[in-house]
Amino acid sequence: MQEKLEKNKQEALDALDKIEDQDALDRWQSQYLGRNSVVMEAFKSLGTLSKEERPLVGKAANQVKVALESASREKETQLEEQRITESLASERIDVTLPGRRTVSGNIHPTNRTLREIYRIFGDMGFRIYRSREVETDLVNFQMLNFPPHHPARDMQDTFFIKSEGDRADNPLMLRTHTSPGQIHAMQEHTSKYPDDPPPIRIILPGMCYRYEQITSRSEVQFNQVEGLAVGKSITFQDLKGTLSNFARRMFGQSAKTRFRASHFPFTEPSAEMDVGCFLCGGKGCSVCKGAGWLEILGCGMVHPTVLINGGFDPEVYSGFAFGMGPERITMMRHHIEDIRYFWANDLRFLEQF
Amino acid sequence: MKVPISWLKEYVEINLPVEELAHRLTLAGLEVEEIRYVGLPLPADGNQETKISGFAWGRDEIVVGEVREVMPHPDADRLVLCRLDDGKQEHTVLTGASNLFPYLGKGELDPPLKVAYAREGATIIDAYSEEDPAALTTLKRKKIRGVESYSMACSERELGISEEHEGIILLDADAQTGMPLADYMGDAVLDIAITPNIARAASILGVAREVAAITDAKLRTPDLEPVMEGNSIEGKAVIEITNPEDNPRFVLGLIENVKIQPSPYLVQLRLKLAGLRPIDGLVDATNYTMLEIGEPLHAFDYDVLVKRAGGQVPKIITRRAEQGETLTTLDDVERKLDDFTVLVTDKAGPLSLAGVMGGADSEVTSDTVNVLLEGASWNYVNIRRTVSAQALPSEAAYRFERGVHPELAPQGVLRCLEWMRKWTGGTVAKGLVDEYPHPFEDVVVELTPGDVKRWLGITLTTEEIADLLKKLDFGVEIKQDLLVVNTPPHRLDIGEGMVGKADLMEEIARIYGYDRIPESYLAEGLPVQAGNRELDLEEKIRDSLAGLGLQEIVTYRMTSPAQELRARPPQEKAPEIDYVELSNPISAEKTVLRRDLLASMLEVVEKNFRNRDRIALFEIGPVFVPSEKGQEIQEITTLGICLSGKRNLPSWQSTDREIMGFYDLKGLVEELVSILHISGVKYLPESAPGFHPGKSARIEADGNLLGYLGEVHPQVVGNYGLPDRPLPAALLDVASLLAGVNELYEVTPVHDQPPVLEDLALVVDEEVPAGDVESLVRQTGGKTLREVRLFDVYRGEQLGEGKKSLAYSLVYQHPEKTLTDKEVLAIRNKIVKRLEKEVGAQLRSW
Repeated sequence: MQEKLEKNKQEALDALDKIEDQDALDRWQSQYLGRNSVVMEAFKSLGTLSKEERPLVGKAANQVKVALESASREKETQLEEQRITESLASERIDVTLPGRRTVSGNIHPTNRTLREIYRIFGDMGFRIYRSREVETDLVNFQMLNFPPHHPARDMQDTFFIKSEGDRADNPLMLRTHTSPGQIHAMQEHTSKYPDDPPPIRIILPGMCYRYEQITSRSEVQFNQVEGLAVGKSITFQDLKGTLSNFARRMFGQSAKTRFRASHFPFTEPSAEMDVGCFLCGGKGCSVCKGAGWLEILGCGMVHPTVLINGGFDPEVYSGFAFGMGPERITMMRHHIEDIRYFWANDLRFLEQF
Repeated sequence: MKVPISWLKEYVEINLPVEELAHRLTLAGLEVEEIRYVGLPLPADGNQETKISGFAWGRDEIVVGEVREVMPHPDADRLVLCRLDDGKQEHTVLTGASNLFPYLGKGELDPPLKVAYAREGATIIDAYSEEDPAALTTLKRKKIRGVESYSMACSERELGISEEHEGIILLDADAQTGMPLADYMGDAVLDIAITPNIARAASILGVAREVAAITDAKLRTPDLEPVMEGNSIEGKAVIEITNPEDNPRFVLGLIENVKIQPSPYLVQLRLKLAGLRPIDGLVDATNYTMLEIGEPLHAFDYDVLVKRAGGQVPKIITRRAEQGETLTTLDDVERKLDDFTVLVTDKAGPLSLAGVMGGADSEVTSDTVNVLLEGASWNYVNIRRTVSAQALPSEAAYRFERGVHPELAPQGVLRCLEWMRKWTGGTVAKGLVDEYPHPFEDVVVELTPGDVKRWLGITLTTEEIADLLKKLDFGVEIKQDLLVVNTPPHRLDIGEGMVGKADLMEEIARIYGYDRIPESYLAEGLPVQAGNRELDLEEKIRDSLAGLGLQEIVTYRMTSPAQELRARPPQEKAPEIDYVELSNPISAEKTVLRRDLLASMLEVVEKNFRNRDRIALFEIGPVFVPSEKGQEIQEITTLGICLSGKRNLPSWQSTDREIMGFYDLKGLVEELVSILHISGVKYLPESAPGFHPGKSARIEADGNLLGYLGEVHPQVVGNYGLPDRPLPAALLDVASLLAGVNELYEVTPVHDQPPVLEDLALVVDEEVPAGDVESLVRQTGGKTLREVRLFDVYRGEQLGEGKKSLAYSLVYQHPEKTLTDKEVLAIRNKIVKRLEKEVGAQLRSW
């Protein structure tokens, strides 16, 4: 009997070796471990055996059973692994096919640039102040130190608004710059804190209008972002430091700045800040027109007359102001050659941001 | 202001390369916009901070030549041959220059004609190039009509001086034959942008003064003592100033027996390089002096004035124009004058528009013999108003409307008389007639080093500050810690008191150098911190809508009533809409400020629909509403949303490509108000102008109007030529949205008790709004009914005519316990009963 079992075991193991699929394994299991298998027959026959033979055959049968079961499990695992491998090998997709498209929206390029500017100045303690687009001559010009007939008005051709009744020297107009907001903000502030007003730091964004033919370089409407800081110890050095810091955050830590003398009626001294061309590193390219420098913003120390008009005593307070064009900055950063794209709203343009 | 370097060098020594000088001027606020090289060598390639144009004349190839004889061409009437000496040898040079024909056949010329001679191999401008006016060409040997030609006597065009190409350049007789032309008259012209505060630099002398200050060189002032060999001017002319406010100073000089002839070539050249046209020695002298010193001058024909005075001594009267008065100016235009226009007149009437343009009657002509020369000072406001009213800009007015110091009036007259004497050979009468009723008092400003520290942040001593200011000719007196600063008598831009201090700060900073001032950070404590809730909300809307797949647009705020009317169906009577109107619109499409975002958005759809089959847009911006009298204008920030076309982008995989309609946009609006936490939002059937009457809704939050939502009226869709399909749009008031936002919204706890899910289908009359049914379900279900979601709307025969079935999926959940079937049934029955009672709903049997 033991021999028969041993022979059967060898036969079973040999057969198992050749098995390549689950069906064959199932059949093998029923043949060698099933009810009518040699091993099971051996267990069934134990009752008929002698007292001496019984443990020997029992032990042998059990060993064969354990060996076959273990081999069977091993085979089963092997077959499963084989099956998974085969299945994975057959389940290929073309990963180069385009993905399922989701609809995604987008924020207008000017507003994206404005947000960056807000964020940078926000970190320096500037808050955002907005004011109206329809202004009076008084606030848009006169209080900013442009008297009637001042030649500096030539630089800001104005859209006037019809109104009934004579407004004499104070016609309604579309603001030509965001600077009238300085007057509104300072007046609100100094009337809220009439005694010893605390410092002001604000950013004034918004749409401005100039009577200019629409060309690739000029538009009838454009945004400006203006900044104003007023306090008791603000100097031209602070203006340079604050704006150079801004330039480094906006255009990269290696951005160089330079300040050259300029003129705005509402600042004195006045300056233009140029930034070393961030596209060519100052070597000269099509964007900086070979100059190596880009004109980024106008700035200066707030004119004493403007401080007075805002309710501040210029003997005690000083401040600086600056203004820049977010469209222009966007154009430089993205090589846009034509400002008309901004309000043309061609989706083929807007979707690229 | 175009400044030839050669001219500038007469008043200040310049050792810097031209580009370096341009750089220094630019940093000091005299922005050099372009350097135009006329003969002088251009800088080596590389970084060109300033725009550069022009070309260099080869020193060996282009020289002063002398034409000794002009001879006929054997074979061509329109050409001549010149015997020309270039300092080395004689050449035969062929030319068609018209200004040589008078010398034809005159034999040996004595003196010879000095010309600009380009040798063989010289590079000059190709005057015959049609494509490029600046194209260069190199002279090569060739035969023209049988005569060998290899060199050329040049025109101004060929040397890049002007457009003149009829004749060749005829140089002054003292030009040295054989000298490189670049050495003789090569130049570089700086084009400087003059800002209003720096009007004093609208002259060569003014720029020289700045150059001297920033390069630490000494200014050479022009000689103001003309040779006066005539009789005294006394008794030859009288001046009467009616209003010294308008005309602070008026100066006259006299030159007699002038002979009108062209001015020397080098004078003409400078005028051309500075942008003016040479006329003759007399007129050129006035223009030359204006450019040189900055004082505009006007020459009268003295004999005409005497004649107008009936042989008496002419009396010049300055006054405002009278009502209805006219003057024919020297451009032959009869001009109606305004009451603000200041005139120079005599007893016979107006002579000139003061400071702007002379009159035709008394102008100098080629027959003029005696000249009365005016130098004056005018109030800039009158000049400016006159220039603008007469649309008559001029070089003189350019300077006067920016302010010319009265001290320049006699200086200009004296300098000009000398030029006139030199260029017309006249005799200058001794002395001037000078009326100066209210002498201008130059401003005195007091300043301390503490002021400099407070404004600029830098620490300078009184001496250092004084040195900086003295470079610009300020008179400075130091009294211990105080500087008493006297404004020099050529500038009007320094204010008084605090303003004067600020003005001086700029001068100190400019001359010290903006680049030398260090950088620092704001040292003061942070200001009062306050956010900007309106902007925060707008930005949140932007983020939300972009996240929901919408593209932000920004459109023109200017439009026309006709354009906005396109967003209305034709039968909708154009209501009497008041617009904010521009009094000077730039075009017929931009005459008013918009009152509506709908038209703007539809124009964008119109522009894009052929390129995109899904369009989803929004804009946040103001609309403008006038009040009764056009005095108060409301700017109402509005959110516009618009959808057009297919729900999804095309894909190779199957996807929902239905056309977007009302419910797509309503879904977006619902999502937006939920992101913003606006509660109590209701959609009520109501149409707004331009919308489909049956497919639009009024949106309210707790009874306050937020705006409108609907499909655009089909005829409006047609107005824009868009496909005949739904086009949903919404217009919302941003301030009302903001008012509805609840920032402190409550978050409910999340429970793990098992929910009970069931469906409920109700049949109601068609007219019953689904919104009412849903809110009844919610109200009745109470807190235990956690979710109500409509999943089907069905209409069909078995329901009967005029009926619809609304099927809801309901979720019941109790925060603390598991609901029993009995409890759920009780709520459900309550709901059904309530709906049956309130809206006649029947439970639908499946």
